[in-house]
Amino acid sequence: MAETILVVVEQREGKLNRVSFETLAGAQALAKQTGWTVEAAVVGSNLAAVAAEVAKTAIAKVYAIEGPALAQYTPDGFVASLKTFIEANKPRLVLLPHTYQVRDFAPKLAASFGAVLVSDAVGAKFEGGKLQFTRLMFQGKFSADVSVASDGPLFASFQTGAYRGDQVEAGESPVEFVAAATGEIRTKPEAPFQEAKQAVDLSQAEIIVSVGRGIKEQKNIEMAKTLADALGGEIAASRPICDAGWLPMERQVGSSGQTVSPKLYLALGISGAIQHIVGMKGSRNIIAINKDAEAPIFEIADVAVVGNLFEIVPALTEEIKKAKA
Amino acid sequence: MKILVCMKQVPQKDAPLKLNESATWVREDVGYEVNEPDAYALEEALRQKEKNGGEVVVITAGPARAQQVLREALAKGADRAIHLEDDRFVTLDAFNIARAFAEAIKDEAFDLILTGLQSDDFGYAQTGVLLAELKGWAHATIIMHIEGKDGGIRVKRELESGFFQFVDMPLPSVLTIQSGINKLRYATLIGIKQAKNKPLRKVSFDEVASALRPNQLTIERLYVPKKTKQTEVIQGSAQDVAKKLVAKLRDEMRVL
Repeated sequence: MAETILVVVEQREGKLNRVSFETLAGAQALAKQTGWTVEAAVVGSNLAAVAAEVAKTAIAKVYAIEGPALAQYTPDGFVASLKTFIEANKPRLVLLPHTYQVRDFAPKLAASFGAVLVSDAVGAKFEGGKLQFTRLMFQGKFSADVSVASDGPLFASFQTGAYRGDQVEAGESPVEFVAAATGEIRTKPEAPFQEAKQAVDLSQAEIIVSVGRGIKEQKNIEMAKTLADALGGEIAASRPICDAGWLPMERQVGSSGQTVSPKLYLALGISGAIQHIVGMKGSRNIIAINKDAEAPIFEIADVAVVGNLFEIVPALTEEIKKAKA
Repeated sequence: MKILVCMKQVPQKDAPLKLNESATWVREDVGYEVNEPDAYALEEALRQKEKNGGEVVVITAGPARAQQVLREALAKGADRAIHLEDDRFVTLDAFNIARAFAEAIKDEAFDLILTGLQSDDFGYAQTGVLLAELKGWAHATIIMHIEGKDGGIRVKRELESGFFQFVDMPLPSVLTIQSGINKLRYATLIGIKQAKNKPLRKVSFDEVASALRPNQLTIERLYVPKKTKQTEVIQGSAQDVAKKLVAKLRDEMRVL
């Protein structure tokens, strides 16, 4: 029997998380190298619509694992139902998108098979009969090729953007509904909510000036704001700046904040941790100013300025004002 | 409440990292600091103790240098520390670190275990969840608030895109803590003095070795990420750089 890659796609309240298509595309790419078959599973309740959407891809089968206890996500419910399913279906490889939900349950699911999840991978290849994954380490400063040793199923999660969701091969696949086996569920989740309506929609901004740790002190934020004003853009920040309260949380760009793709993203003193990069790498033009020539932000920048932002930013603001006058 | 905080020492954020000869790890001769989310986990544990009483114990695994993280934690108010001291702990995968911790605390009865949500070096984001699995406890990740409720706890999980969710949980549990859950304190001079007399238990590799399994994840090779983009480097005085950038903004990027 051919080996199978099982992609566990993600849904919330009957809506498919689009990042699922990236993982499906990654699975299809691996299937081409390995000759393995791709199947998908979705976990929850009332999954007909989500399963039908996943079924529009060129894979062998979509399993909708349903149960009333799975209406809301809990790690206990999701792990128990997936564990039973995987034991019965014996995939060789289980792939998931590296979402906050997957971070919550996938290590536990893998551990229940005595396996370690290869978390947050950005790529995978099959060479000499062995699977190898690429992960970023040390906050994106290095890539690591990681091999996995396991007799049972292997588990890996793909970082957002590792594969392109729009490159998933379309097709038609059958859907099979499976009654979930859920055991005791120890946590009681309430409905997700948003803290406050986001007053600033950074995703619509054409120009963003964003500050990171390199700004050093709260009083220096003003300097960045002046530059943003001169450019007619919005001010934004990486997470540590918002954690410190120097800018409100609604100005945060990154995995826990907003995802942006402006015409210009001007990064001031941002080192470029993965959590930030995933929120802004779709920007048309990226200019990064940082004193550290090794900063990972320079890997994705179109224009790199290694230098002292406290000297460059005021000079740049003046030049922009002159150019606009 | 008796709380264990798992902490890790990682290379400083702006440390100039260099690869070792076999390109499987970084050279050790850099500055180190506490993994940032772990500092928030410690702060949260100290605040819970101040509110509800109890004990805060900190644990780490790593070479002798890692003791600094525990000393700082004791100076900030932790009651005692456990150091799994050996160079070999550095390259264990997340499951094995969780096994080592579980083994080292097998005679203790904690109500709550806190970890940072992930480390700045490996970035596996798994140790807390795996520890919960090994202990048979419930867990929740990326936590932004903790309060007591009906003998258990009520926590606020961060979801993506600005969403949050409250979850009621039993004790004992494991929580992984998000940076920014609280404001970090500094150690006081008197705290630093008192830390010298607080208990620090050392655990050798041999003491936990029987609980470990062969590493499943092996780093074959570390390397500087391949560039996917052509990056133009602009140099010069601040004035020069400003002029060159404005030309780019106007003529190429067309945003002026």
